[in-house]
Formats: sequence, C-alpha cells, structure tokens
Amino acid sequence: MNSGKQYWRSLEERAQSKEFQEWVHREFPVDASIWEDEVSRRQFLKMMGASLALAGLTACQMPQEKIVPYVKQPEEIIPGKPLFFATAMPLSGYAMGLLVWSYEGRPTKIEGNPEHPASLGATDALAQGSVLQLYDPDRAQAVTEAGEISDWPSFFNDLDAAMADQRIKNGAGLRILTGTVTSPTLSRQIEAILRKFPAARWHQYEPVNRDNIRAGSQMAFGEIVEPVYRVDKADVILSLDADFLMEGPGRIRYARDFANRRRVRNGQTAMNRLYAVESTPTNTGAVADHRFSVRADEIEGIVHELSGGSPTRSWVGPVLRDLEAHRGSSLVVPGDQQPPVVHALVHALNHALGNVGHTIIYNQPVEARPTDQTESLRELVNEMRGSKVDLLVILGGNPAYDAPADIPFAEAMTKVNLRIHLGLYQDETSWLCHWHAPETHFLETWSDARAFDGTATIMQPLIAPLYEGKSVHEFLAAMLDQPGRKSHDIVRETWKLDDNRWHAALHDGVVPDTKSRQKNVTLRKFSAPSSPSHSGTEIIFRHDPGTYDGQFANVGWLQEWPKPLTRLTWDNAAWISPVTAHRMGVENGDVVELKYQGRSLEAPVWIVPGQRDDAVTVHLGYGRTKSGRVGTGAGFNAYTLRTADAPWFGGGLEIRKTGKHYPLSTVQHHQNMEGRDLVRVAPIEEFIRNPSFAHNEVDQPSLYPGYAYTDYKWGMSIDLTACIGCGACVVACQAENNIAVVGKEQVAKGRHMHWIRIDRYYEGSLESPDTFFEPVPCMHCENAPCELVCPVGATVHTDDGLNAMIYNRCIGTRYCSNNCPYKVRRFNFLQFSDIKTPSRKLQYNPNVTVRNRGVMEKCTYCIQRIESAKITAELQDRRVHDGEIVPACAQACPTRAIVFGDINDKASEVRQLKAQPHDYGLLVELNTRPRTTYLARIRNPNPEMKT
Amino acid sequence: MPSMPPPAEEPVVGPGYTYASVTEKISAIVLTRRTPRFWWAAFSTAFLFFLLLQVAIGYLFYKGVGIWGINIPVAWGFAIVNFVWWIGIGHAGTLISAFLLLMRQEWRTSINRFAEAMTLFAVACAGLFPLLHLGRPWVFYFLLPYPDTMRLWPQWRSPLVWDVFAVSTYATVSFLFWYVGLIPDLGSMRDRARNRFARALYGMLAMGWRGAARHWHRHQIAYLLLAGLATPLVVSVHSVVSFDFTIAIVPGWHSTIFPPYFVAGAIFSGFAMVLSLAIPIRKIYHLEDLITMRHLDNSAKILLATGLMVSYGYLMEIFTSWYSGNTFEQYMSHNRMFGPYAPVFWSVIFCNVLSPQVFWFKKMRQNIAVLFIVSIIVNLGMWLERFMIVVGSLHRDFLPSAWHMYYPTFWDLATLFGSVGLFVTLMFLFIRVLPMISISEMRELVGEKEEEAAETPAGGVS
Repeated sequence: MNSGKQYWRSLEERAQSKEFQEWVHREFPVDASIWEDEVSRRQFLKMMGASLALAGLTACQMPQEKIVPYVKQPEEIIPGKPLFFATAMPLSGYAMGLLVWSYEGRPTKIEGNPEHPASLGATDALAQGSVLQLYDPDRAQAVTEAGEISDWPSFFNDLDAAMADQRIKNGAGLRILTGTVTSPTLSRQIEAILRKFPAARWHQYEPVNRDNIRAGSQMAFGEIVEPVYRVDKADVILSLDADFLMEGPGRIRYARDFANRRRVRNGQTAMNRLYAVESTPTNTGAVADHRFSVRADEIEGIVHELSGGSPTRSWVGPVLRDLEAHRGSSLVVPGDQQPPVVHALVHALNHALGNVGHTIIYNQPVEARPTDQTESLRELVNEMRGSKVDLLVILGGNPAYDAPADIPFAEAMTKVNLRIHLGLYQDETSWLCHWHAPETHFLETWSDARAFDGTATIMQPLIAPLYEGKSVHEFLAAMLDQPGRKSHDIVRETWKLDDNRWHAALHDGVVPDTKSRQKNVTLRKFSAPSSPSHSGTEIIFRHDPGTYDGQFANVGWLQEWPKPLTRLTWDNAAWISPVTAHRMGVENGDVVELKYQGRSLEAPVWIVPGQRDDAVTVHLGYGRTKSGRVGTGAGFNAYTLRTADAPWFGGGLEIRKTGKHYPLSTVQHHQNMEGRDLVRVAPIEEFIRNPSFAHNEVDQPSLYPGYAYTDYKWGMSIDLTACIGCGACVVACQAENNIAVVGKEQVAKGRHMHWIRIDRYYEGSLESPDTFFEPVPCMHCENAPCELVCPVGATVHTDDGLNAMIYNRCIGTRYCSNNCPYKVRRFNFLQFSDIKTPSRKLQYNPNVTVRNRGVMEKCTYCIQRIESAKITAELQDRRVHDGEIVPACAQACPTRAIVFGDINDKASEVRQLKAQPHDYGLLVELNTRPRTTYLARIRNPNPEMKT
Repeated sequence: MPSMPPPAEEPVVGPGYTYASVTEKISAIVLTRRTPRFWWAAFSTAFLFFLLLQVAIGYLFYKGVGIWGINIPVAWGFAIVNFVWWIGIGHAGTLISAFLLLMRQEWRTSINRFAEAMTLFAVACAGLFPLLHLGRPWVFYFLLPYPDTMRLWPQWRSPLVWDVFAVSTYATVSFLFWYVGLIPDLGSMRDRARNRFARALYGMLAMGWRGAARHWHRHQIAYLLLAGLATPLVVSVHSVVSFDFTIAIVPGWHSTIFPPYFVAGAIFSGFAMVLSLAIPIRKIYHLEDLITMRHLDNSAKILLATGLMVSYGYLMEIFTSWYSGNTFEQYMSHNRMFGPYAPVFWSVIFCNVLSPQVFWFKKMRQNIAVLFIVSIIVNLGMWLERFMIVVGSLHRDFLPSAWHMYYPTFWDLATLFGSVGLFVTLMFLFIRVLPMISISEMRELVGEKEEEAAETPAGGVS
C-alpha cells in the first residue's frame, strides 16, 4: 500500500474527503466498499479463493497433458469429424482388416474393413475390445530392468554388449522366440538376424496354435498347405469338432458365408445344411441343423466310418448320404483341436467327395515359416536347460504363463544369462526376464500382417505411442545395428511400392495381389496311425472367447462381456454336464479339484446343458497372476493342466468335489423360455407350408390416431437364422456408446450395463438341448411403456420414431425400467463410468454423453450416427440413403443378422425384411408395437433324420 | 342420527371422570409427572436407530442408490416397499380422526390425537423414501410443476407425479387437521404450564386461544371442514399410490383391484399400528380409563373387517390371473406361491389372512396380549405384502433371460429400521411434549356423560 509513489487524481482524493469517498461509492457501488474496507476485502479474497478452489476442483478432471491448438489446421482433420484409417489386427499372427475411427488423432472405435477378405466389414468381440487395450493404463509404460524403471539407452547398451558376444559365437547362444509370424517385415528382419548370426535360432510358439492343421496336411499331402474353406459354395457342411464360425483366422469370413446361404427371403427357400459333431457345446453346434455329441477321441473313428467304415452310429449313414448327394458342394471341416490324423483323413474325405477346388482350396502357407510350434518350444526349453542359450529375446507372447505344463519354460528360462521380453504388459514372462521393453500396441505402430488367405495389410499407426513403447520392428532394427530406424521406413522397405501404390494400399487396407497362391496337392497314401483312444473322463481345452489365450485378460470390456454359451463374466469355469453335477452334488460355482496326469487344479464348475457326462471342458486364458488391475486373479489357470502331447483333449481326468464355493457372475440366471413364444423357430418345410408361422402382428384398437411419421421412421430387423450368438455386437455397442464396465460384484448384483444383450435359451433335453440366441436391443416401441411412466419426461419419442433418453432430465426413479417388458434399460446405480483415468478418457466417443451416477440409459439405435448422417444428407439436400446409417451392433455383426434403416423408404432393406412372412415382434401382445422385429429362425434339418 | 347403540358394552371413558380430572390426567403426563424410565429407554433406543438412518442417508447420497440391493429388473426395492407401508400406516389416523368424526363415532375420541400424530409421522417417514430412492435426488424438484426456463413440466401421465401431489396434499391436510385439533389443548397447556419457557412455547402455538365461545364456534366449523377435506384423502391417497403399480404393465401390478385393495390394506395396517402403539402407552401411562377396552375391541373389529377385504383382494388377484388366461399373469401367481419368494407369500397369508381371524371371538378381542401380538403380526404382514407386490412381481416378468433375484443389503435394512427409529423418536417426542389425548374432546365426552346421567336423551355431539 505504501510502497512506491502514491499518485492522486484530485485534491479530494489526496485528502480522502468524504465527498470523494461518496463519489467512489457511486461509481463503484459494490466494489468500493470491498476495496475500502479491510475486513471485506479479506472476505472478497476468501471468496475468490474459494471460487478458484472450486474451479480448480473441476479442473482436476481435465487432462493433464499439454494441449496444442492447430495453428495451421492439418489437411483432412476437421474437429468433431471422424476419420477412418485402414489397418489390421493381428491375432495369433493372422490379420483381420480393420477401419478405425479417429477423432482428432484418437482412435475410438474399431470397425471391420469391407475390403478385407477376413473381415468383409465385420469384426469380432476381441477386435472391438482391442481399442480399450490401447488405452489400458496398466500397459507397460517404461523399460524396466529387474522390475526397476530404466531407459532405452541403458537397455540397448546391455543388448549391444550381449550381441557383440554373440557375434563372436556366430549367434550360437542367441534364441528368438515369437508367436506365429505372418508379417513379411518381421520375418524379413528375423531372417536378416539369422543370416548375420547363422547359429542363432528362431522359435515360434502360440498357445492357441495350428500345429494339427500343419501336421495334418503334411501327413496327407507331404507338404504344408493352408486349407481355406469356401463356405459360400457349400450346401452341406459337416463340422467335426470344429467351431469354425468362432475360431480360427477365417472365422468372420466363414460366418458371413455361412449365413449368406441361409437367408430365406421373398420365397427363396434354399438353405445350406450344417451338421455339427462336437465334444463340447460351441456356437457352431448351437446354430447347426443337427448336433451330435461325441467324445473328442471318437471323432477319428467317425471319420473312418464316413470314409467307408461300417457305421456304428445311426446318424452317420444319413449324413454320409447327404454329403455324397452333394458331391462338390459339400464340406467337411475338422476341428483345430483334433489330431493330425483326423485332418489327414478329412482331407482324403473331402477329396473323395470331390470338394477340393470347390468348397475347399489349398493355399501356400500364410506363415512366414511354418513350424511345429509345440516342438519348437520344447526344443528351446531343452536347450535352455542345457545352458546352451545365452541371450533369449522374447518378442511378444507370454510363454512363462501359457507354455504347456510339461514344458517347464519358466524354470528353464532361469538358466539363460540374459533374458529380454518385449511385450504390451509387464506379465508373468517379463517378471522372469532381466529386461522388459514395452511394445507398441498394433494401433500405435507401422507393421504388416497377412490374413487367412494370404492377403497382406500394411498396418498404420492411429496414434503416436502413448507410452515409451517401441515396435517389434524398431526393436529388431536395433539388434541389426540400425538403432533409431523408424517402423515406417522398415515396413516401407519391405514392400517396395511406389508412392501411389503405397498410398492405395494404406487407403484400402489391403495390398493388391498378395493372396496366397493356390497349390495343387496330391493326396498321398498315408498310414493313419490310430491315435490311442483313452478311457475315463475327458478333459477338453479351449481358448476363452473373451481373453483368448490370456492376452486380453486386462480388457474390462472383454471380461464383462458375457461368454456366448455360458453368459458368464469375469471368470472361466470348468464345464460339466447337468448329470455330472447331479451325481457329484455340485452347483454352479462349487469348486472341484481336477486331477489330470498327476497335476491338479481347483476350479469352480459351471453346469452346461449339452456338455457330455464324461467330459469336462476348461478354458485357457484365465488365472493370470501378473496382468493388471482387471485381469490379475480372475478365473483359474487351465494351462497348468495342459500338456504338449495332448494340448486339446485327453482322457483320465479325475474330478473331486472340494466343498468350497467360488462366486461366479452371470448375466442370465434363467435359461428356459417357460413356454413363451420368444424365439420362434421352424424347419424349412414348415415355413414352406406356412410362411407366416411366426407372424403375430396384433393390431390393437386405440382411441387415439397414431402419429404420422412423414419424414424418417427408423426400424431394425434381426434375423435369428443368421445370428450365431458370437457377441461382437455387445462389445461394439459398448465401445461406440461409452458404456461403463461395472465389475464382477456388480454383475452378480444384476447391474451390468450392456445396451444389447444376446439372450441364450435352451429347449429340449439337458443332454442335447436346442440352443437359441436372441439379440435384444431396445425395441423402440411405438407405444413405449417406459415413456408413459417417467414422471419428468426424460424418455420421449422423437419425430422419427426413436425412443430417446434425455440424460440431463433423468432423475433416476427407474420406473421406466420396471415397466419395460424387455428389460433393456440400464441404470447407473453407482458412478460406473470411469471419468478419472486420463488414458481411459481418450477412448470415449466424443459424440456420446458419458453417463454419470443416477441416470437411466439404453440403446439409442446409435442416434449419434443417425444424426450425423441426417446432417450430411441435409447439407447435400437429399434424403439419407439406405445403408448410410449403420448402428455399431449391425456394423460389427459378422453375419449381417442386424439390419437398420428407414421403414418409410420403400426400397430400404429393413422394410423388405419386415415384409417377410416370418417377421415377428417380441411380446407384441402387450401392444408395445416394437420397432425392432425379428425374423424367425428357420432350420434345415435332414428330412431323412426326422425324429 | 346414526350413533352407536347405548353402551351396554364397555364405556368409552372410565367412570368418575370430571372435566377437571380429565384435564389433569392428560396434561400431567406432559407437565408434572416424572418422565417414566420407559420413555427414556425407548426414546434413546429409537434415537439410535434414527442416527443410523442419518448415516444410511449420508452414505446413500455420497455413493448412490447402488448401496442398496436393487438391480435390473428389480429396480424398486425396500425404498418403495417402505414408502407404501408407511403411507398405509398413516391412513388409520386419518380414518379415525376425520372419517369417524363425520360418522359421529364418539369412541374415536381418546385415540384420535395420537392416531393423527401417527399419521403425520408415518407420512413424514413415507415422504422420505421417494426422495431417497431417486438416482439423482438433488434434482428432485423436476417432479414439481415450476416455471423453468426450458418450459419443461412434469410428465402428467406418470403416476409418480400424481403421487407427489397426493402425498404432499395428504401431509398438508393431516398436519392442519392435527394442529387445528390441538389448538384448544395448547391453550390448556399454556394455562397449566409452570415453566416460563413452556408457557411461552405453548402460548405461541395456541395462537391466542382463549376458549371464548366464538373461538369454539369457529374451531368446530374449521375442524369439521378439515375433517370433510381429509375424509376423501383416506380413499384417494392410497388409490393414487396403488396407481404406481396398476398403471404399469408388469404382471402382478397391472390390476384393477388395486385401488380398493390398497385402501383396505392401508386401513388394516394403520389400525394394527394404532393398536401396537396404544396398548403399551395406555399401560405405561395408566390410561386404561381413557383408552378403554371398547377402543381396543372396535379396533380389532376393524382389523378383522379390513383383513377380510384384503384377503378378498388376494383371492381375486389369483382368480383373475387364472381367469385371464394370460401366461404372464398365471406365471406370476404361480411364481408368487411357489417361486423363490414363496415364503414371503405364505407369510403374508399367515399374517394378513389367518391371524386376524382370531378376532371373531370376543375373548380374543378382549385379550391385550393377543391384540398386541396380532397387531405386530399384521404390521409385519403388510410390509411383506408390499415386498411381495414390488419385488415379487418385478423379479420375474416377461423375458426369462432378464430374471434376477433381489437381496437386501445392510443399507436397505438400515434405512428401514432407521425409518422406524425416526417414527418412534417423533412419536415419543410427541408424547412427551403434547397432550396425546385430546383434552377438549374428552371433556366433551365427559360432559355428555353427565348430561346422559341427568336423563337428558342423547343428542349427539355439538
């Protein structure tokens, strides 16, 4: 106050006269008092402090990262407008082509690439979940040495020293372990290393591998070929323990091709027929026209019976006759889990049926170096135990966790002088390594990969690495004395494309003319060494549909995603049959001890109708001990029972009740339709006799005239014949609509948030039930019961027929949910949305509100996509084209079972579908007049086998 | 003029009472007699539960309604059960004070005051729950029609909006009726209080009551008018509450029998609560002469009558669900009787249908212990009935895939017992500071008795 010169404006001011004071008051009536009065000024400062603190509180949730405005806006980027980039997701080495939504440089949502043969525009749940993995805060973020944070230069120093040692020995102590490699760039780099270090070895191991397929073709043809099925050309398909709609690199393509042959439309009634012979229930079995349950070790005998043996099972004859009646258009698919001899015999069978070249073709292998992976790993472990390995470089994968129990990888590792692991997570393997180097996520790096038919995709990064990760290419470049080379340059060098073709390949997501060459194979005589049939209870290993081999264990979406058949979340469980459960006196969640080949494991049971009484199925990919906050501790680790000689099934399992109980969370407690007409099914003959067997439109009278929809009138049609229950739509919806993950306990309480669910019902006997899938999103009822009862009008009808939810207005009475007969409304009972984790927030779709505690939410038909298309159409002065709006569920659907569009548009696909005679609405007798309707499931059983 | 037949049975007031002794006896409880130990024990216990309620509410606001056991499909749980239960309990008070006043049932006199207090406190407890159960209670005012800048109104087709009006009207009228009835007594209290503070307080509350003839005249008119206003509420409030269920399409809710059945149930539970309260109080405060066996006997008869109505309701629900031929309705009835919540159903049958049947016998109606036990059983039964309706219907509705059980959590129970604590706390405060029996009306009764004794033909109440 008294420092410096005091200037005064007038004499009065100088004198601080009363008049001056008054004048100040008049001029600044409020502030004057504050500034003049000591106490008040303090108060003012306090107030200011308080409001700053409040402002600060809200700022706590703002991103901490430096943000930079666009001084010059980059070409193509318009804030708020998404861009799509083509890339691919590698899974067990094989690519699935993707288009990724990017908002201002943030990838938020994954779609399939319509140009890509393995996707055709669709995806599966794993691909949908992979974007959350990108933003996982538990990913490895820094280079660590023995668990301590270090940096790349120190790491490279160590690596260089070790490589220098190896140079002297020609690389005799160097071992590189990867998963399946289809990437031309990666294989080129590894080959370069092997050239430089001739004595070094490259091993490959995938826990979910295709050893049987390779060995089978080796046995049948004397060479390794890649069988590719043309499901679109098959009239009769026999699956021998093959879940080909849900497993393997071609699954999405096969599912589409399969469904395309089953669409009964406009009097077209030709359908393919699927027989599923299987050892454990699968989705393929659930959608099959006939399902036969056999032991896994009986498949071989069945192939012999089909190949001319004397049938012992009543159904083998008719199936064989059906296959023979469709020579050249039938297809026998052996399961990946079946031993090589089954594959070889099936090759012969397909050959005999004249299918080769028609429904099955043989290609050059897609893999860069096809290897018997189990043997490869065994060899590596033997060498490590013999102390022949000085430097072990593990590129991805988690062998310490997923190696077979009789190949003691983790133990053998400790004999290696320097162990290095490049991986997305600090996992079980990293903790046993000297160095862990963080790997980039596939959305963060340049790379390439090939699809099941060989088509190559150049993967582009959607975002700069979030953490300090390096791609495998950069890592290998450093090993090749080219440190600092960028992935882009390395990949570009592989492809040698000129700028135009390079850009075209990036744009399309496929590199032209990279399909594998077809191979003409000749069946050679092979002695089929009958694999020993085993006795006692069978144990069957399958990968988990959600965590796959364990690599997605820390992805919340995939953990909370109800597994298609069990609808179980957050855990795996030992599947047992209802009879076994009854015999043992166990219920769901009771822990049993599984004893197999001298190893034992405790696991909770899950009773699965259709499971064989003499078989227990366990799923790999759980029981992680070093995963992250989400994945660690979930489920039990079935790898501890899995051996190299019988990786997929084996006999002699002992199962014992322990008396313990483990809580399991499922989203569906009641599996029976209680005689209600929820899923309507008929064989094709009945459909031909009475096409409108399912149709149930009830026109109930009303005193009020209906609303005239003069503009758009949105609607959805779901084809239950096409739906294979894969659940891709569930995760797609979650990703698109910022749906929260609630956790295992909340799921157990019945509070999961999925906007679309796939109900799974059983009918018939417990031993061989019919399984039905029914996707249930919001029905957007014309007479929506929810709208009537909301006291604040927070859920209302739009003029284009949507049942809209206004989050701001919702006060959370939950009355709407009570009155919703479909129970598709979801409530934020607690603060479920993660609004704190910075990296998590990057994934949120900016066009969808993140809901907080206390509000109701539900399917909107992806209103953000509808509005965006409407705005675009309006700007171009036209109507929205049919197919221009695709909700997330429909976009992800491999079989295009979900179709959305304008019912007012006479030419729209959805209108055509709703005009089909077998269109029906769920619970229409309640006069809800749902907008989402179903096409009844039509099956094509063999007339000869009618029971 | 309809009047009870001359009391050949029990009198409504014990013999030998005069104006002075009535006033003395009732006011002394508050003003001069030592507060009994029982009061302290009961009050402090209840207060502990009230504190528990506050903790439960605090935690609820901090975390959200997810601390309760509710889920999808059972999105309404204890909160709504408690709400309906408390509202129902309130009904007996209004019925006794207003309806029976209009019907000139003079036996109501000694129990009407605390029955009205009971109504008020029950409505206070009930009123908490619709607010607590909101997902976002801080925007509860969206339920009110206020001029907002977005020109948004409540959605009038929703019974929850009707509820807001029904319950707030009910609370207002109940309070006015109770308070207007209290005014002459507050005057007496003011005059008799020794303590300066008490005198000032009662004086303020008495609003200048002097007992002048004009005061009495206007008071009587106002009282009767309010009684006239309150009487339809006995029927309307619980009918509106029942609309919360009947308007919905949920099997087990969507039923036209609900309004009368809810009203009967409300009176049933209300009288049970009156008995549960009156029996211990009359014992502790030695009010056997004022709250006589006649009162208890009549209450028991009402319990029996309304219990039979409620039983008819149960029967008709089952009958119509069968008769409708509707799968969902039939399943609902079956599930109610044999499903996972079957014990609730059979307990309801025992509590609400079987237990009141003992009141066919006069001996039972005259047995204090039986009366008390049955009243408690009925209270419990009516709570269970609401549980059966709310949870039992929601947990299995149309699509079996969505079926899910509901289990209450600690916080559900804390809120329920906490609200009982609040109710009892308020009740005991009331007993402590206000005349729990209407002095003026009792004096009227005594006056009439004297007139009767002087061989004047009974002429009804003035």
